[in-house]
Amino acid sequence: MDILTSALRAGFSVDAAYFCLAAIGLNVQFGYAGLINFGQAGFLAVGAYGFAVGSVSLGLPFSAAIGLGLLCSVALGLVLGLPTLRLRADYLAIATIAAAEVLRLFFGAAFQDVFHGRDGISGFSAAFQAANPFDHPFLGYRPSDLWVMTVGWGLVVIVSVFVWSIMRGPWGRVLKAIREDEEAVRSLGKNVYAFKMQALAIGGLIGALGGFVVALGQNSVQPDNFSFDLTFIVCTMLVLGGAARIMGPVIGAVVFWAFLSLVGGVLDALTAGQDPTIPAWLMTGDQIGTIRFVLVGVALVLLMIYRPQGIFGNRKEMALHA
Amino acid sequence: MRLRPALSLALLVAVLVGAAPTAVATASIAGRTTLATRGDDPETVKVTGKLVNRDDTGSTPVGGGRVTVTDASGAEHVATSRPDGGFSVEVPFEAGPISIKLDEGSLPRGVTLREGSRNPITRTISGTLPLTVTFVLGKGDRRTMSWADQVPQSLFNGLYFGLIISLGALGLSLIFGTTRLTNFAHGEMVTFGALVTYGLNVAGIDIWPAGLLAALLAAVFGFAQDRFFWRPIRRRGTGVLAMMIISIGVQFILRNVYQFFTGGRTETYRQYTTPEGHQLGPITYSVRDVVCVAIALVLVLGVTIALKRTRLGRATRAVADNAALAATTGIDVNRVITTVWAVGALLAATCGMLLGFSQAVKFDLGALQLLVMFAAITVGGLGSVWGAVLGSLLVGTLIEMSTLVIPSELKMAAALFLLVGVLLFRPQGLLGRAQRIG
Amino acid sequence: MPERIASAAAAGPDPAVILRADNVRRRFGGFTAVDVDRLAVRRGEITALIGPNGAGKSTLFNLLTGFDRPDAGQWMFDGHSLAGVPPHKVARLGMVRTFQLTRVLARLTVLENMRIAAPGQLGERLWAAPFSLAWRRREKENTARARALLARFLLDGKRDEPAGALSGGQRKLLEMARALMVEPRMVMLDEPMAGVNPALKQSLLGHIVSLRDDGVSVLFVEHDMDMVHEISDHVVVMAQGRVIAQGTAREVTQDERVVSAYLGERFGGDLEESATTSSGGRDGR
Repeated sequence: MDILTSALRAGFSVDAAYFCLAAIGLNVQFGYAGLINFGQAGFLAVGAYGFAVGSVSLGLPFSAAIGLGLLCSVALGLVLGLPTLRLRADYLAIATIAAAEVLRLFFGAAFQDVFHGRDGISGFSAAFQAANPFDHPFLGYRPSDLWVMTVGWGLVVIVSVFVWSIMRGPWGRVLKAIREDEEAVRSLGKNVYAFKMQALAIGGLIGALGGFVVALGQNSVQPDNFSFDLTFIVCTMLVLGGAARIMGPVIGAVVFWAFLSLVGGVLDALTAGQDPTIPAWLMTGDQIGTIRFVLVGVALVLLMIYRPQGIFGNRKEMALHA
Repeated sequence: MRLRPALSLALLVAVLVGAAPTAVATASIAGRTTLATRGDDPETVKVTGKLVNRDDTGSTPVGGGRVTVTDASGAEHVATSRPDGGFSVEVPFEAGPISIKLDEGSLPRGVTLREGSRNPITRTISGTLPLTVTFVLGKGDRRTMSWADQVPQSLFNGLYFGLIISLGALGLSLIFGTTRLTNFAHGEMVTFGALVTYGLNVAGIDIWPAGLLAALLAAVFGFAQDRFFWRPIRRRGTGVLAMMIISIGVQFILRNVYQFFTGGRTETYRQYTTPEGHQLGPITYSVRDVVCVAIALVLVLGVTIALKRTRLGRATRAVADNAALAATTGIDVNRVITTVWAVGALLAATCGMLLGFSQAVKFDLGALQLLVMFAAITVGGLGSVWGAVLGSLLVGTLIEMSTLVIPSELKMAAALFLLVGVLLFRPQGLLGRAQRIG
Repeated sequence: MPERIASAAAAGPDPAVILRADNVRRRFGGFTAVDVDRLAVRRGEITALIGPNGAGKSTLFNLLTGFDRPDAGQWMFDGHSLAGVPPHKVARLGMVRTFQLTRVLARLTVLENMRIAAPGQLGERLWAAPFSLAWRRREKENTARARALLARFLLDGKRDEPAGALSGGQRKLLEMARALMVEPRMVMLDEPMAGVNPALKQSLLGHIVSLRDDGVSVLFVEHDMDMVHEISDHVVVMAQGRVIAQGTAREVTQDERVVSAYLGERFGGDLEESATTSSGGRDGR
């Protein structure tokens, strides 16, 4: 029973919220426009670091620091999009995965007096927590977490409404058409490159919001928060919930985190104690993390092969693409 | 680190091995959630490391070096390195900053901390994250080495690294050429080579037969991966973009499986880890380097000649050119592709085996090189065989040369800059065929 | 170079000519796919571009519409120089193309396929997209125009179905209707009759004629001389990348060079084969 409640709690945790924002961003890029961004972690990183550096090193007020973070993520989108969006889809994937990794190394090793290496930047959320209306733990969440969760999931709602509003109309229609056949869209007088650029930037901006939630949630940013694993999980969540649907990333995030916690809890129980159900030579408690990630990988592969439309998606719609 | 031997550096790597090394990825991703669900926080953290002095004449372990670790509560724990250079100390596990200080006075004469190195180094124990700290040491006379003196050695190191990477890039390029799949799991083939070699070597087999065996096993692995995994997926008519995402999934699975078996440890082969250096003009090299270069050259030339001269090679080029057309001329496209996978895996595993000499043998050895391989084949031209080799040499050289001006932790950035630059100005790559761009 | 410019200038702008190309050349490796000294398409007429397989018709088409870049040459469309102009700008200037293998947007409905082609929709600007007030009215007008066109092409009954559910012939019709949504002054049809049954061919011919009657100039690539005879006002014959003859259908069929160019072709291959080879080429790109 304990395992179930903690799974449920994980499904709505701060982590689920920021992963959800990252997934909504990826949904704009991959789901709607068909752009493969394997570097969403990089967008979260520049958002979070932009905000942290703005707050701590530059001493900017909260809103200006947020603005700086957003600006950085748009800049990253431009730098990656300009050379690659005219080319085959692979190039964006390669450039983004490379950039995210290099950014992680950069924040971990360069300008140590600003980024503080692998320790990262911390101590900037006092003003944010001062505005915290929660003063008692609730459902097992700490007050500070409750406040970050409120803001995080609030952002999820606002951003989802925004994405819905741009996708229902002509702009979203062009994007969906680009995903299907760029050449056809070009022949109809649309500047495909500009639309892709916009989608990449919007997705990156939403990713940066996720970066803010991480930063505020931990009161620190560290390079290792933004490893490739993050991008991978976001990708899996999106495919799980269903790409190119407004609720896809939200459902994906909640289900993913609840499920991950559930698996972790079950494995924990099976490997715990003097005489664990799973013998220690086969697996120890320390290896739960890796086993869970293996399962995540298997889930993504199986989903992509057998249910690319996600768990709740409509198979027929995907089949028409052939 | 082997790649910059002439810098005459002695390196002290103190690795904080948390009680739960496999939690690296977990902690960095799941953050507090994971920790909350885990109830087995370790009581102590073991600090281990090794003190090695490397200079022109090779490397010698340094005994008697004193390291002081100050934990979060302010208590000091002292360790002295044994004659083999190794040391270890346990500190109570307690969240908060700890500092690791090297007592310079305890170092042998002529060995000092390199200028600009931080000492002590401060780290924060957060969760069960293992931390790695590196003190960079150099002989007292290292400053006689001028910037210009380092150029030839960097160039040598770069070409050496590039040549070895080209084995991986070649396979990546061949697979892309025949299937149009950008295989994001190719780095895991590289890791496979290093890990299997390591395993066999530890089991008592000499390093070279072990490497050969690893390469052959990798070929079987590559064959099986295509025959029983990718071929059925292709048959389902899965699109290239979907296959790319599937390959990312495969990457994730393999990397974590490796981590499951190796526990995230950093290992080295049992033989030739610190070979004797020879001097050739301004360049220091070892016999091991020569053997590695020979192996890589034989494989690269062998593959390129086979592509030109053999029936299978010509069939491969035909499939790469136009698979549908090749099929109509009686070529068994699937057989060609499966062969390419086997060969590609063999090359990648050899690449990993050779990298294992100079880099840490670890579950993510290949994943870290994926960026370099991508940069190499993009710079050379996607799908071009010679492009992959040329691109690898260029990227390898640039990466190593960049360490003359930027911190070596950031040398990968050089690959990224080259990648973006090429995409901006010559997207088809140096040797790629000009393709239509929208 | 100076020579080429001089020849273009000497001819002067002729209001009767809507598209004119001079010295357009495109090489692939060592092979010259297109080498057209001069090509003129007259306003308000149907011009057929014919020639055997591999004559460079589709390559020329791609060049003129900006989908491919020539190694040399220039061409004017309705007073605008189009050399180096990207394809979407070419379309906005009023020259809209279709594709040999139809490119309908399969997962969008038939009506959405039409709406997306309408120009000047403010809602396609990102800043205006969230506010439906900014684009709703235009959307209604576009929908009305789209439905009128769909009715004309006998597709109105299918308007809410995904375009992927249409038959091959219906896709051809949809693509033609969709090109008209762009409000073109000239349409470029790349083998509209390829792989279509005889009944539908007749109907497509009718539609092409009706385009001309609406005042739209038409340039279409065709393989089959008989089709060309029926509807074209002017015929341009290409072989081996060059224009070898121009004139009325009657004139070119009596031209020696045309006959000999086609003779080899008649024995060599047929329409079906031409469709499959070019599809292989497209996939390989």
